[in-house]
Amino acid sequence: MAEDLFNSFMNGPDERGRFGDFGGRFVSETLMPLILSLEEEYEKAKTDDSFWAEMNDLWTHYVGRPSPLYYADRLTQHLGGAKVYLKRDELNHTGAHKINNVLGQIILARRMGKKRIIAETGAGQHGVATATVCAKFGLKCVVYMGAHDVERQAPNVFRMRLLGAEVIPVTSGRGTLKDAMNDALRDWVTNVRDTFYCIGTVAGPHPYPAMVRDFQSIIGKEAKEQMMAAEGRLPDTIIAAIGGGSNAMGLFFPFLDDTSVNIIGVEAGGKGVNEKMEHCASLTGGRPGVLHGNRTYLLQDDDGQILEGFSISAGLDYPGIGPEHSWLHEIGRAKYVSITDVEALEAFELCCLQEGIIPALEPSHALAHVMKIAPTLPADHLICMNMCGRGDKDIFTVAKALGFEMGEFA
Amino acid sequence: MTRIDAKFADLKARGKKAFVSYVMAGDPDFDTSLEIVKGLPAAGVDIIELGLPFTDPMADGPTIQLAGQRALDIGMTLDKTLAMAAAFRETDDTTPIVLMGYYNPIYSRGVDKFLVQAKAAGIDGLIIVDLPPEEDDELCIPAQAAGLNFIRLATPTTDDKRLPRVLQNTSGFVYYVSVTGITGAAEADADDVGPEVARIKSRTDLPVIVGFGINTPAKSRAIAGVADGAVVGSAIVAMIGAGKPVSEVLAFVKTLSDGAHSI
Ligand SMILES: Cc1ncc(COP(=O)(O)O)c(C=O)c1O
Repeated sequence: MAEDLFNSFMNGPDERGRFGDFGGRFVSETLMPLILSLEEEYEKAKTDDSFWAEMNDLWTHYVGRPSPLYYADRLTQHLGGAKVYLKRDELNHTGAHKINNVLGQIILARRMGKKRIIAETGAGQHGVATATVCAKFGLKCVVYMGAHDVERQAPNVFRMRLLGAEVIPVTSGRGTLKDAMNDALRDWVTNVRDTFYCIGTVAGPHPYPAMVRDFQSIIGKEAKEQMMAAEGRLPDTIIAAIGGGSNAMGLFFPFLDDTSVNIIGVEAGGKGVNEKMEHCASLTGGRPGVLHGNRTYLLQDDDGQILEGFSISAGLDYPGIGPEHSWLHEIGRAKYVSITDVEALEAFELCCLQEGIIPALEPSHALAHVMKIAPTLPADHLICMNMCGRGDKDIFTVAKALGFEMGEFA
Repeated sequence: MTRIDAKFADLKARGKKAFVSYVMAGDPDFDTSLEIVKGLPAAGVDIIELGLPFTDPMADGPTIQLAGQRALDIGMTLDKTLAMAAAFRETDDTTPIVLMGYYNPIYSRGVDKFLVQAKAAGIDGLIIVDLPPEEDDELCIPAQAAGLNFIRLATPTTDDKRLPRVLQNTSGFVYYVSVTGITGAAEADADDVGPEVARIKSRTDLPVIVGFGINTPAKSRAIAGVADGAVVGSAIVAMIGAGKPVSEVLAFVKTLSDGAHSI
């Protein structure tokens, strides 16, 4: 047993916030004291029943958890191989997994007496979730969003404004998620005394990667129980899309020590993973570096300058990945693949027609990989894919990619 | 004894405060940038902070962000930044150069290789914004072993409990960041800064230099009055960004250094 514990994949991070060589606390001195007090506060909350009681109550009554594990019957028939289950986190309040984590961080922020919440957002789902929970608790909310993303995710921008949040378009860099995160960090350094930074993925300085993972792990915990109930055994393969990697870590974490389970993370391949770097596949096409408070795989040039990613999906358009994924990749516990924009769009359409579910572009990447492998696997192979978001926010992007003018429908 | 230590010993002997200036290497282009850097000592600069361009300068305001972007756009690299320091050293062997930037370009090069190259180029110290004491093993300890000063930032949020940790592996001088914020944003206030500098000085013999939010000769003088010296960055970088001729930039620097030296 002692040996089992020692060999567990679930012990990370260490006290320096490292998963192997990845993670850490690479931030300016101004932020260090706050990061240490956040860590202290989180460690306290983790073992505090009243904290989890509040979380569970809100997960049940506000978010609508547990989300169903759904057997995708027609999709399975269509693909003609493995049995495909979808973990329906797109049915959460606000339409994605992001709110699982936001609730945890906002409850912590309240415990720390912080009255102003800032967040970065790519697709806008994390921004919407943060704006939502801030509205619920009467907190001031400021969301940084790349100017390019403000344009391609317009419905979410309006949603955030309806919820009382201030949305600040970020024009530095190429105006995507990386730049939004830079400006959120700049805001935090400036307003460190009264502001809580609610990070939307398993990245950033320790303790964020571990904390966000723990809050998202409800996905994997439920999926495990639900699969046991449905099939009497664990899934053979679990799959999730990766931007920063929070929905994936949430699904993967509770399965890490179940070594019979294949774990696959799907990165955004954009126009294809090649030397032109028009993609966001940090593990497939990047190398280790330090950005946004942690060491992890990054898209960068030979001189250590960070490259802008490229993806049709705003939520995956990030040149890094959470440090725990970098570690899982290096030790080989999880496998990481990439899916192109074109493949993701095909999966998007298929899911609409076969299952009556309009998926977000992010999980469409995961689904595209399911489409690749399911036909090659036997009928008793169980796949569990994280349907981490719904696609309402993406219909304009998809219409454009498929060559429709929205006006044509009038 | 590094050039930084020697400089402070000399200033102390002359009863003078230090004036430190920051410019981005390669802004607006390599030759102009080198011309500016070469002119700094005559403009009264005691220590040169040379910015190493980085795509994601998370502690910098728009002025220095744009300077970094301009430098990267003309193809500035770590090698060229070190080459600029080496070119400066050909004619000046006493003015210390502190390389200031972010960790990734150095990590990408490889710490050991970088330290050899930096030393050879005549760099005397490093200020790496995203390496707090918690990450000292990364670069701070190896840099000191290689004979380079590692200059730490102390900030208004560095409380008494934390201060010893921040000072522990610091050498050369302590850089007190006068405001919680990014470069070029808020204005430093000597009345607030004085007690903070005293607090730090009660725990270290190192000189304490103050930067962030100093943008006029009067501010430079006021801050030098309550510390061992003042740093000006964004105000100079903004002039370079506005395309002012080198002579005008250096004349402005002279007014700032006169401010600090008038104490
Ligand atoms: C639906 C959805 N899935 C995935 C992501 C990517 O984030 P992560 O990899 O942290 O789950 C986003 C981010 O905005 C999202 O909105």
